[in-house]
Amino acid sequence: MRRCIHAFLGRMDYAGAMDLQATCARRLKEGGEERLLLLEHPPVITLGRNASREDILFGDEALRARGVSIAPADRGGQVTYHGPGQLVGYPILNLSPDRRDVGRYLRDLEEVLIRTLARFGVGASRIEGLTGVWAGDEKIASIGVHLSRWVTTHGFALNVNTDLAQFSLIVPCGLTTRRITSMERVLGQSVPLQDVAAILVPEFASVFGREMVPGTGEGAAAERGAGKDRRVLREVC
Amino acid sequence: MRVDVIMPQMGESIAEGTLTRWLKKPGDKVARDEPIFEISTDKVDAEIPSPAAGTLVDIKVQEGQTVPINTVVAQIETEASAVAAADKTAPSAAPEAKPAAAPPPAPKPAAVAPGTPGDGKERARPAPASPATYAAPAGGAGNVPRAASLIGQGATVEDLRRVRSSPVVRKIAQEHSIDISGLQGTGVSGRVTKRDILEAIEGGGARAAAPAPGGATAPAVRAATPAPVFAPGERVTVVPMSAMRKKIAEHMLMSRRTSAHVTTVFEVDMGRVMKLRAEHQQAFMERHGVKLTPTPFMVKAAVEALKAYPVVNASIDGDNIVYKKDINIGIAVALDWGLIVPVVKHADDMSLSGIAKTVTDLAERARSKRLTPNEVQDGTFTITNPGIFGSLFGTPIINQPQVAILGVGAIQKRVVVVDDAIAIRPMVFLDLSFDHRLIDGAVADQFMAHLKATLQEGKFTEIV
Repeated sequence: MRRCIHAFLGRMDYAGAMDLQATCARRLKEGGEERLLLLEHPPVITLGRNASREDILFGDEALRARGVSIAPADRGGQVTYHGPGQLVGYPILNLSPDRRDVGRYLRDLEEVLIRTLARFGVGASRIEGLTGVWAGDEKIASIGVHLSRWVTTHGFALNVNTDLAQFSLIVPCGLTTRRITSMERVLGQSVPLQDVAAILVPEFASVFGREMVPGTGEGAAAERGAGKDRRVLREVC
Repeated sequence: MRVDVIMPQMGESIAEGTLTRWLKKPGDKVARDEPIFEISTDKVDAEIPSPAAGTLVDIKVQEGQTVPINTVVAQIETEASAVAAADKTAPSAAPEAKPAAAPPPAPKPAAVAPGTPGDGKERARPAPASPATYAAPAGGAGNVPRAASLIGQGATVEDLRRVRSSPVVRKIAQEHSIDISGLQGTGVSGRVTKRDILEAIEGGGARAAAPAPGGATAPAVRAATPAPVFAPGERVTVVPMSAMRKKIAEHMLMSRRTSAHVTTVFEVDMGRVMKLRAEHQQAFMERHGVKLTPTPFMVKAAVEALKAYPVVNASIDGDNIVYKKDINIGIAVALDWGLIVPVVKHADDMSLSGIAKTVTDLAERARSKRLTPNEVQDGTFTITNPGIFGSLFGTPIINQPQVAILGVGAIQKRVVVVDDAIAIRPMVFLDLSFDHRLIDGAVADQFMAHLKATLQEGKFTEIV
């Protein structure tokens, strides 16, 4: 069984996490091991390849007032929000040779999230034609992936205790028919991110058929806090 | 020799891909396995490596275009050494030999070995000439070249249908007992996309191939999708929608599906209002620092009418009517990149000058993107003003979950009959689209008559 090293890295800024993913992906292509990076970001709006600054409704001033920054992302899709209370997962996997199917990969990520949510008593499902995971008709997790020679980067974002009001920054004038929700909203209480991460890892193992091995960065990054991403990068990769 | 670069198949259920970015330009040298372009399918972005070392020549698919898998997107001119080696095997570019009377720019059939995409290894070798290479299209059927080539190989009707859809589409079709061949595909070459089939289901199965019945309440507004938007080879530019554009599109259709839209139109003499405006304009500007336009008069008159007919300032929640105690007027503001509706909160507590200042401020900040999220929320009624562009009147779409929207046409001097004499008056058409589920025609017209009376009689106090 293939080994996959997992680590919960606590809070990490978006640019740092992009660097970390790039490094992990490069090492994997050079024969290194697979990773599952779990973390949360400070408030940030990320722009996918198909997004432009115009997709954000509010100006820099309003964003600054809310402590939100903007970052470009080398993934598909449009604009999204990441922030505290959201469990972000970046699987750095090689889908070659046995899982070379992007549709299957998306459905597998959804499966991991659906099973994880079920363990907390949150009923979630897929909606045909809409990638992501839904609690009723409200979106609870988003997925966006980048592939290079079947090596994956980016991944999923599960709203655990996310401040849902922040999503209004990218939803102009209430013009939306699909709402965003979180585990906290569904359950009526907040859940520690680490607990969700701990439950998610074995589900990830069973869906992807990997042996999950804890990485050395486990927990350490969270204690040191953000801003030491370089060191984390060395330790995790 | 030239090696075809194709749109790879990224998964079983993936029938097409969008080429999002060329990483190399024509004439650039590329190494084998070096990423040369990027594609996106659904929520996945991928870099696609070159199948061979050489020079990128002849880009056939531009950024933003969506094409079926195995479409040739470009060609690589390989190095001299590669040419020598390739000469020993059969040429791969069979489709280069066009049939004599082929219709011009139909896409060439894919000429690839059955290699798996992604790592490019299989594709790096020239494909053997025979069975793996499709025969050239036999003329006609210019927009389904792959189907044409399959006919030559004794393909069944099922095969033909299959080339116009992906496995996931066929699976959905099977589950819902829909005959794909009866659907009009909007994908490239008339391919039935997943969206087509989902819309067909939403619109009531295979019947969706026929035009949906008219009428605002028909649920299948999107099911009447006609022929493909453009034919292969047609001169078009394809640009992905921004998130805002998509939200607007979604919201407009959602509103049309939700409400029973009816529009009523009134003509109003704006003589009094224009006179008040002229009298007070200068003092107003000096005192408040903003221009006195007809808009605050409209807002004020609407507020008074909403107070008199609270059902117009309401929402529907299941079987309940929710009357809103606050009157929060949304003002539609056109932006270069879309439209936004900032809200004048508690307009019923405001003076005319307060409304004027708030509207000016909101509109300016909307255009410079300095609105805060709560300033576009909680509207209870909306006013839109297409008159500034010269429109006489329209049939606006209700801003959900509200139940009515007022449209203001252009104020124009017109010849009218006043007290049996011909007069020239500044006239305006005001239109109200209302949700007939909740508001009956009589109430809507009483509301409009109230609004009209306020404006015509110039019943405004404390203008400055």
